[in-house]
Amino acid sequence: MKRLFAVVPLAVAVVLGGFFLWGLNPERDPSEIPSVLISQPAPEFDLPSVPGVDVPGLGRADLTDNPGPVVVNVFASWCVPCKAEHAVLTRFVERHGLRLFGINYKDEPEDAATWLSDLGNPYERIGSDLSGRAGIEWGISGVPETFIVGRDGTVLYRYVGPIVGEKAVAKFTTALTQAGALERELGS
Amino acid sequence: MIPEIGHFALALALSLAVIQSVLPILGASRGNVRWMQSARSSAIGQVFFVGVAFAALMRSFVVSDFTVRNVAENSHSMKPLLFKIAGTWGSHEGSLLLWVLILTVFGAGVAVLGSNIPAATKARTLSVQAWISVGFLSFLLFTSNPFDRVFPPPADGSDLNPLLQDVGLAMHPPLLYFGYVGFSIVFSFAVAGLIEGRIDAAWARWVRPWTLAAWMSLTAGIALGSWWAYYELGWGGWWFWDPVENVSFMPWLLGTALLHSAIVTEKRDAFKSWTILLAILTFSLSLLGTFIVRSGLLTSVHAFAVDPERGIYILGLLALSIGGSLALYAWRAPVMEGGGLFRPISREAGLLVNNLILAAATGTVLFGTLYPLLLEALTGDKISVGPPFFNAAFVPMMLVLGLFMGAGPFLSWKRADLAGVLQRIRFVAGLAVLVTLAVWYLISGGPFLAYVSILIAVWLLLATLREWALRIKFMEAPLSETLRRARNLPRASHGMTLAHVGLAVAMIGMIGSSAWKSEEIVFVTPGTDVTIAGFDVTFTGAERLRGPNYIADRGRLEVRRDGEPVTTLYPERRSYPVAPSTTTESAIRSTLAGDLYASISEPASEEAASGEAWTLRILYEPLVNFIWLGALMLVAGGALSLSDRRLRVGVPRRTRPQSDLRLPAE
Repeated sequence: MKRLFAVVPLAVAVVLGGFFLWGLNPERDPSEIPSVLISQPAPEFDLPSVPGVDVPGLGRADLTDNPGPVVVNVFASWCVPCKAEHAVLTRFVERHGLRLFGINYKDEPEDAATWLSDLGNPYERIGSDLSGRAGIEWGISGVPETFIVGRDGTVLYRYVGPIVGEKAVAKFTTALTQAGALERELGS
Repeated sequence: MIPEIGHFALALALSLAVIQSVLPILGASRGNVRWMQSARSSAIGQVFFVGVAFAALMRSFVVSDFTVRNVAENSHSMKPLLFKIAGTWGSHEGSLLLWVLILTVFGAGVAVLGSNIPAATKARTLSVQAWISVGFLSFLLFTSNPFDRVFPPPADGSDLNPLLQDVGLAMHPPLLYFGYVGFSIVFSFAVAGLIEGRIDAAWARWVRPWTLAAWMSLTAGIALGSWWAYYELGWGGWWFWDPVENVSFMPWLLGTALLHSAIVTEKRDAFKSWTILLAILTFSLSLLGTFIVRSGLLTSVHAFAVDPERGIYILGLLALSIGGSLALYAWRAPVMEGGGLFRPISREAGLLVNNLILAAATGTVLFGTLYPLLLEALTGDKISVGPPFFNAAFVPMMLVLGLFMGAGPFLSWKRADLAGVLQRIRFVAGLAVLVTLAVWYLISGGPFLAYVSILIAVWLLLATLREWALRIKFMEAPLSETLRRARNLPRASHGMTLAHVGLAVAMIGMIGSSAWKSEEIVFVTPGTDVTIAGFDVTFTGAERLRGPNYIADRGRLEVRRDGEPVTTLYPERRSYPVAPSTTTESAIRSTLAGDLYASISEPASEEAASGEAWTLRILYEPLVNFIWLGALMLVAGGALSLSDRRLRVGVPRRTRPQSDLRLPAE
């Protein structure tokens, strides 16, 4: 019995070692978050507008038959980084003619309305996802999260986390440019 | 030329390590005294040559010798001298060299200072230490040579990551490494003990000073790291349960368990195989940390550049050292005889509970840290385990630990008188409840758990002081008698009191700053007012400044309270053009009551171009400085205990080791 116990630490170490060996596979990038949605049509969803905000709601139908790619941003007034990201997205909309749609995720409509009237509303359409159902359809892992959707409704790109800071903005700008979502190129 | 001397010195150190890994241990089994004694000179030789290599690398950094690839990649001629020096251990190669240097320092330390250790044990221990040296010196030389040249040399370097250009962080790696590499010698003692088949009270006594020294450095290193994260990263938190933080924290938790279980081995000759296991596992977790940080196995905010070849090499070293020592353990540990018996209510039982909780807490952190990897391997899903898991799983365990920790020192060895103990702690327990009720009355509106935590922290504080007061008969005997008792009480005992009080103090800081933190994030233009935790903060504008190797935008915040000016804060945002990257230099008004913490980031919007509007983040963190005050007390407690007469290294073994049987757990 005593002997058996003495072997336990070794056994645990060997099992963990096996996992480590697997984890060292150079093909593996632990920081990459795969999205099942990339190159897939955007999921079915239909969200009403946020009461008190004067833009219409958002559904799957609004993402197809657009003249160019659009951006869907998942945000909430309770999400602190969203506030910082809001300024960046506003800049894209105002300067470069980005078409921005919003999914207001698990947010009280009054809070969302106050938030948008304080900070300004860069969104063309906002769907109120009170239950978080649409968030599940989109497979988001947190708020904020941002998707670029092609003109035919195909998801082209997913950005997890706030687009704040030089590196993040540069990465997102590259993706936007490749998708052709910017009306006016940067710097013009 | 100098870098080549460094390279050559490393090769010499490796050859000495190879000799030391074979000769003394063979000498010990054959009774050849000369062979055993060779360990002394080879251990000193190793530390000398690794020291030469380290000095050579440091010199290359100081004079900005950009023909050395490591210097070119991690330094810049415009960098302040202090950070040139700190750049020596700012990269993977340099920090590994520091790692090996500390490894050899501990080896030489035992060789020179361990005159009370029997020759055979010492020879075996130093051979085991040399096995680790061989592994890591060869890793350094064959995969991560810090002296590689680059041709043609670049005109200037590409700079050290600006986040790392900070005084706190310059000191953080050396302390941290001193801590967790320091556990290597404890590991070597354990393996030598297993080979010899002899673990007794004397063994525990030889190991104790080294365990204490490593534990103190690790405590200081972790505290310094969390302090750095707090004021430099600009996130306003002091612990994030990031994998790299966790891997330094696990050896600390298990090292703390080891410190306590070794006391039982020393005093009562019990818990022997458990103490050995802890000694092996503590260093194993240090090695695991080295592996995780340098292999890119997990995502983390601060890891070194990743290279799969290095990962495989370290994993091989891990397999040999951890697998080998645990196999040895599985083979030899069962034959070890258990020592003194004890009752369920006794000092031994108390320390057993301490050990079980600390081991369970370590297991929890290990599981949370590795879970993403395990899950990805088994199902392909990628997840991250964040603070919610750790807070939910880890915090309750620590609270239970705090509860026992207050009572433990009251218990006597073998068999404690429960009624008597309850009698003595009744008063402080009641007082702790009263204090908690008072806190609840004064600042209602916090999470319930916060009040429970306060109760436990106050209980721990009061119970520890009460136990100390009883020992010196404070207020019960004349002052002269109290002073005499305080003088006669072993330093280890004072050390325990100080460290336990330190933990209570740190707990109070942790509770205050997590449960009652206030935070505001606002866009500001000159003239904007923000009110937070009773402070009125006015943003009066930003200006552009020039530093030695950066350009800074410095905001100016006038802080008033009830109309009275309190202070002016200058949070900065620095851009380093060479690196290129930006850092946040938060401005903090620090008082014992709490920190007012301000940082500015990204100009907020369109007006950004004109430098008018900024994102301002203001936090008020009540009591946060108690965390570092507490950590300081933990280290001071360790130092006090280390200075205890019975541990002083170099002092010959005393003839009556049983004379101080009443010594407490420290």
